[in-house]
Amino acid sequence: MRSIMLKRLATAIPSLLGVIVVSFLLTRVLPGDTASYFAGPAATPQAIAEIRKQLGLDKSLPEQFARYVADLAHGDLGNSLTTGQPVVTEIANRLPASGELTLLGLLIALSIAVPLGILAAIREGSWIDHLCRVIVTTGVSLPVFFTGLLLVYVFYFRLGWSPAPLGRLDVFYSAPPQVTGFYLVDALIARDWETFRAAFAQLILPAATLAIFSLAPLARITRGSMLAVMGSDFVRTARASGLTPKTVILTYAFRNAMLPVVTTLGMVFSFLLGANVLVEKVFAWPGIGSYAVEALIASDYAPVQGFVLAMAILYVALNLMIDLLYGVIDPRVRLEA
Amino acid sequence: MTAFDTAVEAAAPPATGLSATLKHARHVVTGNPITGFSFTLFILLLACALFGSFFVPYDPLATNTAVALKPPSLHHLMGTDQLGRDLLSRVVVGTRLDMAVAIFSVALVFALGGISGIAAGYFGGWTDRLVGRLSDTIMAFPLFVLAMGIVAALGNTVTNIIIATAIINYPLYVRIARAEANVRRNAGFVQAARLSGNGEFRILLTQILPNILPIMMVQMSLTMGYAILNAAGLSFIGLGVRPPTPEWGIMVAEGAAFIVSGEWWIALFPGLALMLAVFCFNLLGDGLRDIVDPQRRT
Repeated sequence: MRSIMLKRLATAIPSLLGVIVVSFLLTRVLPGDTASYFAGPAATPQAIAEIRKQLGLDKSLPEQFARYVADLAHGDLGNSLTTGQPVVTEIANRLPASGELTLLGLLIALSIAVPLGILAAIREGSWIDHLCRVIVTTGVSLPVFFTGLLLVYVFYFRLGWSPAPLGRLDVFYSAPPQVTGFYLVDALIARDWETFRAAFAQLILPAATLAIFSLAPLARITRGSMLAVMGSDFVRTARASGLTPKTVILTYAFRNAMLPVVTTLGMVFSFLLGANVLVEKVFAWPGIGSYAVEALIASDYAPVQGFVLAMAILYVALNLMIDLLYGVIDPRVRLEA
Repeated sequence: MTAFDTAVEAAAPPATGLSATLKHARHVVTGNPITGFSFTLFILLLACALFGSFFVPYDPLATNTAVALKPPSLHHLMGTDQLGRDLLSRVVVGTRLDMAVAIFSVALVFALGGISGIAAGYFGGWTDRLVGRLSDTIMAFPLFVLAMGIVAALGNTVTNIIIATAIINYPLYVRIARAEANVRRNAGFVQAARLSGNGEFRILLTQILPNILPIMMVQMSLTMGYAILNAAGLSFIGLGVRPPTPEWGIMVAEGAAFIVSGEWWIALFPGLALMLAVFCFNLLGDGLRDIVDPQRRT
């Protein structure tokens, strides 16, 4: 098992290298002079030259790249111009907020999409199949920021069920003592039910927005792969042997049908990490997405670059995890390796 | 593919030129009511994009604070925004920019991804490795995040939104073009062309490219919806288009501030237009795929 894991880790290295090279190049293609860009509009020529030296821009491109990689190895992504804080610290502080939101969104999406896809497949042509088709088609057409606004209008303005869409916690509550950085988990650890409820109330709408967004590809692929598996020989054999429909569907078909779903998870994560930025903007969520958007508006480049790099590394890591999970689900993958 | 081509050749009487093209187009549009519907919608969107600015009731940029923030009424069918601009006019005129971004970015990625994908599939070897490595690197990023980074680096303009949208779709086009070119690299008609002394590039452009065009067209229709969503998302977070330009993404962003106080129409109508456009392209793509490639029907 260990050698397989090492092999999988090795496959992630080229992607990681590519990601680092691209994010380096992204700083080099900045329009105009990077140094004067970093120095701001009011800078003197001396200050610009100073910054050029400081940033190492007077060196050759390979030298600059070596320096960039060396900085990365020390976890140095530069400082934000607007806040003056190191980008790494800010991203690390804001990551739990985004993580909690994305994971809950994915969890909701999975717990609806998988049963829906399975039901749609085993009752092909029934109302639930049509429902699944409608959800899938509308789901891929809905802009995620638009869904978020609709939910805010209905549940905050019309029904008044949810609190104002302004961040992770209402001003009347204080954050639970930090253990994981996930407010829900931290509140549970502190046995603070009141805060748990408040944090959950803030979290549910943005998480539902992400869930609606990622539901469509998951339900579609579950239905498709379930249909393919249900038509296969081994399911026919299982049926012919007189096994109950429940055993056939859950034990025989489901496990095999999960493989393409797990593969699709990679794509869904790519969508989710992007959609996260938009959802965080709609709900004023203090995560890394809104951090990047604020920096973008202020033309503060270091945080944007740090954000892109952090997201890409996270995504490579997630894909790696999916690969490993694939091995756990499918014994054939283990045998091949 | 091949089976379908033969079937059409057998069924169609030997019509030539324009009439054959029209006949095929009618078959495509009327074959499935949903495809027909989405095609009509597409024509409507195209008409709005081309001629919308000539028949809208108000100037999309004209402010009139006397009627600011009015809900939909007979005078303003979609209401007015915080500056009293007519939303119907803005939504209709905004079609042009959104469609232009989608069409140009898809055309760009078709040219870049299509050609390099065909070359990769046809030549194999180092071309294949180079193109494959490039598209793997793009795929290693969450795509919307990469688009943000590209626009931030290249500069905050609409042209760069088009470029960024094209780049993040690149791997998709490469994959399809590569696979389709690969299975045809030693097909009978290619060998015949080679034997009659055609150069490799000539074969690529005159033999391979026309054969994989149908499947690429389907891909273009499918990614068009994604391109619109992506571009609108970028302008929603403040990239590319600047106010007061009428564009759906930025209009939803402007309306977002008024949702919490109950002025729903400012964000709703541009959002609905966006959704309708994406929906139209997705349905159109699915319909085209059913005709071009019946095996992948879902």
